[in-house]
Amino acid sequence: MTQLRSTRGEAGDGAPAPKTVSGSRGLLQAASLLFETGSADRSGVDFPEAQGLPDRLGGLRRKAPVGLVGLSEPEAVRHYVRLSQRNYAIDLGFFPLGSCTMKHNPRLNERMARLPGLSDLHPLQPASTVQGAFELMAELAHWLLELTGLDAVAMSPKAGAHGELCGMLAIRQALIARGEGETRKRVIVPASAHGTNPATAAACGFVVDEIGATEEGRVNMEALREKLGPDVAGIMLTNPNTCGLFERDIKEIADLIHEAGGYFYCDGANYNAIVGRVRPGDLGVDAMHINLHKTFSTPHGGGGPGAGPTVLSAALAPYAPIPHLVRRDDGALDLIEHAAEAAGQPFGRMCAFHGQMGMFVRALSYMMSHGADGLRQAAEDAVLNANYILARLKERFNAPFAASGPCMHEALFDDSSIRAHGLETIDLAKALIDEGYHPFTTYFPLVVHGAMLIEPTDTEPKAELDRFADVMIALADRAASGDQSHFKTAPRLAPVRRLDETGAARKPKLRWRPEEAFKHAAE
Amino acid sequence: MRYLPLTSEDRAAMLARIGAGSIDDLYVDVPSSAQLSGLVDLPLRQTELQVERALKDLAAMNTQAGETAFFIGAGAYRHHVPASVDHLIQRSEFLTTYTPYQPEIAQGTLQALFEFQTQVAMLTGMEVANASMYDGSTGCAEAAVMAARITKRSGVVLSGGLHPHYAETTRTVCEALGMGVKAAPAAIDAEAAVGELIDADTACVIVQSPNVFGTITDLSPIVRAAHAKGALVVSVFTECVAFGLIEPPGAYGVDIAVGEGQSIGNALNFGGPYVGLFATQEKYIRQMPGRLAGETTDADGKRGFVLTLSTREQHIRREKATSNICTNSGLCSLAWTIHMSLLGEAGLKQLALLNHETAIKTAAALTAAPGVELLTPRFFNEFALRLPKNAAEVVDDLVDHGVLGGVPFSRLNPQAGLDDVLLVAATETNTDDDIALFKSALEAVLEGDQA
Repeated sequence: MTQLRSTRGEAGDGAPAPKTVSGSRGLLQAASLLFETGSADRSGVDFPEAQGLPDRLGGLRRKAPVGLVGLSEPEAVRHYVRLSQRNYAIDLGFFPLGSCTMKHNPRLNERMARLPGLSDLHPLQPASTVQGAFELMAELAHWLLELTGLDAVAMSPKAGAHGELCGMLAIRQALIARGEGETRKRVIVPASAHGTNPATAAACGFVVDEIGATEEGRVNMEALREKLGPDVAGIMLTNPNTCGLFERDIKEIADLIHEAGGYFYCDGANYNAIVGRVRPGDLGVDAMHINLHKTFSTPHGGGGPGAGPTVLSAALAPYAPIPHLVRRDDGALDLIEHAAEAAGQPFGRMCAFHGQMGMFVRALSYMMSHGADGLRQAAEDAVLNANYILARLKERFNAPFAASGPCMHEALFDDSSIRAHGLETIDLAKALIDEGYHPFTTYFPLVVHGAMLIEPTDTEPKAELDRFADVMIALADRAASGDQSHFKTAPRLAPVRRLDETGAARKPKLRWRPEEAFKHAAE
Repeated sequence: MRYLPLTSEDRAAMLARIGAGSIDDLYVDVPSSAQLSGLVDLPLRQTELQVERALKDLAAMNTQAGETAFFIGAGAYRHHVPASVDHLIQRSEFLTTYTPYQPEIAQGTLQALFEFQTQVAMLTGMEVANASMYDGSTGCAEAAVMAARITKRSGVVLSGGLHPHYAETTRTVCEALGMGVKAAPAAIDAEAAVGELIDADTACVIVQSPNVFGTITDLSPIVRAAHAKGALVVSVFTECVAFGLIEPPGAYGVDIAVGEGQSIGNALNFGGPYVGLFATQEKYIRQMPGRLAGETTDADGKRGFVLTLSTREQHIRREKATSNICTNSGLCSLAWTIHMSLLGEAGLKQLALLNHETAIKTAAALTAAPGVELLTPRFFNEFALRLPKNAAEVVDDLVDHGVLGGVPFSRLNPQAGLDDVLLVAATETNTDDDIALFKSALEAVLEGDQA
């Protein structure tokens, strides 16, 4: 069977790791696929007997077996614990993935999200039975509005990109209300934007018009002025931007876009750099999503669930989607679930219910823990940590915008210093894996060659940053010494070696199929 | 501050190394006129104990589902989730990791997603599934957009049994793209009527089974009618446990099966986070939204898993992407796949059967009340009742009896003229005592009205 094939690979500098008979290697246990382990008649859940009542299915009972396999509880626990040990995590070590904000996830937040009085609530319970849940949402909304200086917040978007969609749909609706829905179709997006920005604009029926950056990595104001006109719906701008810089001209950008009759969407993915230092509302922003899973530390969970509440200016607030909360005269909170009941003109609905309540609890728990003082300190520490990394590494790795002013919460390098030695960004990233680090973000933003975007966050102690910088410098030395193979064959110490991504895309195999059980058994 | 490791000495040393006089020097590019001089007007830091007390006070203001006789469904269902599920998803390596962009150190997440995709495909009877969507409703909207890409048509037809919130979510997304949406009027047993609304520009019809009224439908005639006119069929579900007992959408030949997976592995959570299940046929995978895990081999020929077909996705394709989605519902899909692995074939079937029997018993008990009529002809664990009184008022009155007795249909769609219709769901968590309490409370509430 495949899972018994022993693993090759080298440990350290050339000494081959011993092959094992079992396929396991010390603490790293071999892991089969679920379907190679379980069986149709095993189960990890006990149920009472059924009563044998005549069914009410009208003849539509399932005919074929589902094909599932089951595991007893001990087998299931082992299966998933073994899988878990093949993952890197912020709880394990430094995870400087730029733009993703991998900071500590406090466990108090997990405990709070699991309080039965918050988790065991149905979204369609009568309002009188969920006043505490509404109050919690209102409290979180209050914190978000106070911090951002905006007028309203749509709580229902389920992730950052979903928040972008919410903000851009609000802009679309505002333009329709002005009678300019058909004439203002162009959205200006900098080339350095997250890929979600142009994808979101397109999903709202807008045409994306890209503008370049200046040499120093900021919006080219001259190019922006040329782009403005009566067909412009707005701009989608990330600030701090994806080069790690604060957009110095942001107020002028906001003024220009407003004078031209458009709206300012700010991608809030990097909001964690400025919390408590400056309010996006004071910069002229009309809409901004807030990634609760980045700035307010709800766990990333291996790729979601996120949450993307979207703050809106007074100009856009009337178009916020349903459902939203209102406070009645008697002080009770209630949910506006239908456009006809709303005071404004909602653009529609983002999802079935009220948003990511589980994430709201975690985020509020985090914000209350930090308080106004701690949140500001966290932003400052994130910026300090990034500038420290920049200072420690800029002599050895080219930082294309180091002369453009301090970075915010992430430091951007390119691959020019290692390219001279026949290496590129991915090689350095894979070598970092062998050193016990999660790599930085690779090849993003697209505006620099071989980008390496390092975001240390406020979670890291100075000693950890120094260790990481020392490792990066040692790897730079090693690259300079001509030891290409050390990089090209990395990772050698991870659970698997470099994976064939091209092959995976050429002949996609997206599921296990029963016939493979026989094939593997025969091998 | 307990989450911040830097000391004042660290900060001073680091600023010195950077060559900055103070932290303010690092914010020089922020316009000074916009910089806050002091703290925002919010409370200061609190201890764990203080935060815990405050949030527990909010929790205590709510009526927790488990402390009532609970019969609410309509898109979210209260099931028992085994203790091991919640324990396993809280392992650091699952909870505190990111999207598996570096596959060599994310095989745990990737293999779990591959197994999840396999289980979703099996359950829905489809060929392939993605790594999940935000929830069922957003998945439904994405399915409509996908159908438009495949057929190069721009019309969408919604059945009268589609959950009204799913219909609104889909309408919001489609109309922004200039797609036309036609909706059949709300109807308890008329999924097949969507056939009449199909025209030459219809990209897809969206039907639901079990639908929002609980009705199960044989989708074969709808599939034949739609395909004959060049339209695709999107089949929606909100209760995925049903497919342990009833024919799955794939058995009828639908093109896309999409729905809510919350029932397996996930708590009610007041509406989120949930997990959207999205499955289709192999020929459409390159038009599919969302993330996909695929099997491959490493440099030693060993089996491994990666995210694949990312050329569909926004970080590569930008404005030409199939969707703007860049997350799935990772941890919720993990909970789903763990719970499903624990259930297995035998467990899922038994769970589904118990749900069905509980619903049969509940329907029998409630229709014994004077003037209460069962409207749903064929159902799994959810059904609609006609009451001799406004359903919203009945639901409010039932609260006083310790019963959360379903959802008035008028709450989902006030315009339908179905103010006397109550949607009731029953699951394996309902006891005979719950059913008896619901029955007596309903009788009391209805009687009180007559008195």
